[in-house]
Amino acid sequence: MDLLNAFVALLNFVIVPATAYGSQLALGALGVTLIYGILRFSNFAHGDTMAFGAMITILVTWLMQAIGISIHPLPTALLALPFGIAATALMMLATDKWIYQFYRQQKAKPIILVMASLGVMFVLNGVVRVIIGPGEQRFNDGERFIIRARDFKEMTGLSEGLAFRTSQGITIVVTIIAVIALFWFLNRTRTGKSMRAYSDNEDLALLSGINPEKVVRVTWILAAILATTAGVLYGLDKAFKPFTYFQLLLPIFASAIVGGLGNPLGAIAGGYIIAFSEVTLTYAWKKVLTHALPESMAPDSLVQLLSTDYKYAVSFTILVIVLIFKPTGLFRGKSV
Amino acid sequence: MNKNALLFGGVALLYILTGFFQSWNTALAIFNMGLISAVMALGVNIQWGYAGLFNVGVMGFVALGGLATVLVSMPPVPEAWSAGGLRMIGALITGAGTVAAGVLLFRRMQPGKARALAALAVFAVGFVAYRALFDPARDAIEAVNPALVGYLGGANLPILLAWPAGALLAAGAAWLIGKTALGLRSDYLAIATLGIAEIVIAVMKNEDWMARGVKNVVGLPRPVPYEVDLQDSASFVETAAWWGLDPATASTIWVKLLYGALFAVVLLLLIWLTQMALNSPWGRMMRAIRDNETAAEAMGKDVTRRHLQIFVIGSAICGMAGAMMTTLDGQLTPGTYQPLRFTFLIWVMVIVGGSGNNWGSVLGGFLIWWLWIQVEPIGGALMNVITLPLPDDSGLKAHLLDSVQHVRLLTMGVVLLLVLRFSPRGLIPEK
Repeated sequence: MDLLNAFVALLNFVIVPATAYGSQLALGALGVTLIYGILRFSNFAHGDTMAFGAMITILVTWLMQAIGISIHPLPTALLALPFGIAATALMMLATDKWIYQFYRQQKAKPIILVMASLGVMFVLNGVVRVIIGPGEQRFNDGERFIIRARDFKEMTGLSEGLAFRTSQGITIVVTIIAVIALFWFLNRTRTGKSMRAYSDNEDLALLSGINPEKVVRVTWILAAILATTAGVLYGLDKAFKPFTYFQLLLPIFASAIVGGLGNPLGAIAGGYIIAFSEVTLTYAWKKVLTHALPESMAPDSLVQLLSTDYKYAVSFTILVIVLIFKPTGLFRGKSV
Repeated sequence: MNKNALLFGGVALLYILTGFFQSWNTALAIFNMGLISAVMALGVNIQWGYAGLFNVGVMGFVALGGLATVLVSMPPVPEAWSAGGLRMIGALITGAGTVAAGVLLFRRMQPGKARALAALAVFAVGFVAYRALFDPARDAIEAVNPALVGYLGGANLPILLAWPAGALLAAGAAWLIGKTALGLRSDYLAIATLGIAEIVIAVMKNEDWMARGVKNVVGLPRPVPYEVDLQDSASFVETAAWWGLDPATASTIWVKLLYGALFAVVLLLLIWLTQMALNSPWGRMMRAIRDNETAAEAMGKDVTRRHLQIFVIGSAICGMAGAMMTTLDGQLTPGTYQPLRFTFLIWVMVIVGGSGNNWGSVLGGFLIWWLWIQVEPIGGALMNVITLPLPDDSGLKAHLLDSVQHVRLLTMGVVLLLVLRFSPRGLIPEK
């Protein structure tokens, strides 16, 4: 029995990866929830928007690497991120102008907007695959680890190592900064307040002289910032592959709905709920249990509740449970 | 009607021209898949056109239909059954029983902490029991000659029975999804179907004991004769000679024609049924619900129930189309199910053809499928011309030539957006 080693193993294999993944999901879900709050439709193109933003960032990263700009030990991609955000914001404003604006003015049903977003998803997917190809790209050129497993073992004398990757650290730090900035923007600035007013009650907001088109534009820009950041962080942490980003759509939607669509705080909580459930249910607990339990009770099997191939089933199951018992989500989102 | 006949004539001309300029084999191959696509489009049109339900998981239902062909038509594997068949059945019954017991308990008990704890306990115990039965059974089954079988096999029934079986399987999945997601906001159904499609594919890829997963099941029995047998038959060779065809070409064309006839029977039957339904009081009620849910509800219609009904019917049709497609392919390859090909392409067919109109969906199915197949060689040729000035060894040229297949996705997306914006009623609008 060795609780300290069990805890380190738990930290290494569950808590740290799930926190990083949860942060990425939270950023993605924030984008979905903001668009839902203001424009009132579920944006199916969000996963591919993340892929688009990440792709531009990767291209700029390659350019910077070619010129020799670097901010070692941090990955160059962080320096390229603003370019990715700018390009994505422009792209989203253009799609709004060419596609969504028309349906907004028509007061079309939300499902028509969902369908249009599906078309946008299709096009973005094609664009990303044409430009960068469908294959996997790795672009993390910074220092790999903040703490290496071996160094940790030597430092503490424990038998279990704790590895903390730079990409995980960056993910957590960037997410905290982004969330604080977003909430500051929504709660303190005039534009942010008008966004919240518009989301709560469209008619009253229009009456008090809020320009709806400006609110919509700001929403798209915010969504572009969040989506690109989430996409780049996910790519740094794992790898960039267009199809993976499409598949991320399900956990992201699940996060946003679990927290309550339209509620930013809920999106963050939802992201971590989904990530932690996914990791804990697909992690093989043998190692942790072997340390934590007395020797006679140590498990023989892997003690893995679900194979990792079914990680999307976890988000789906949580989504279904929430839909059955609390369709407005844990944090009371919009139900209409 | 005149314009519609012209449209159908135009699409028919596309196929005929393909026959003359490429080959009749190609034209028939595209036509057979066009028939299947038309069936899928009919299924989606029932959901979207009649009731306004947005199903983003067509792929999942199509794949379930494919699974049904294996479960129905392949011969059983006796070694696998004796190794772990009964234990596997026991495990599945335990799993289903756990879910049923948990749900029943939840319904019967008073709300409160006791209920939550009891339900959790049932699920926990049931899960442990399920895994205790399932894991050894799966390992035993998959260990039986894994290179060739390693799965339980099917029921050894005629493969045509798999078509209704596929419809049933898809209908069951649709019922589960509809039960949870219908009656809530309209986007929830879209998200839930997106999820179930991914999960169906994940299950089919990973559960090797069921249908060999990504190892694929090949050599499914066929409802039509094999080309080789036809070429050996003296009377067939004689008939082919009378038509002035060599036996090899004649046999492939004959087999495709037979498949086409089978699919055409299904399609015509479905068109007849859906047209009858659309013009019946039931169809009018559905359109009333679609156009104004509140008013229909005020008239005493149970909107959620009707939505569930139509969602199940539409998904069943997609499942049947999936079974037909796997029958035509002669193999089940879970790795080839792509959402862009099996969900969104079908949507493009429905929207372009005319949502709400069965003939429109059929037309859209044939037209878009033909384009989907033909755009690639055309795009490739175009890209070859564009990249002509570039040197042969340039990386950009290779990249551009590689990207031709992705241009198809882009084109379909653009087509969907354009039609949705400028001609939302499609080629053959709803009356």
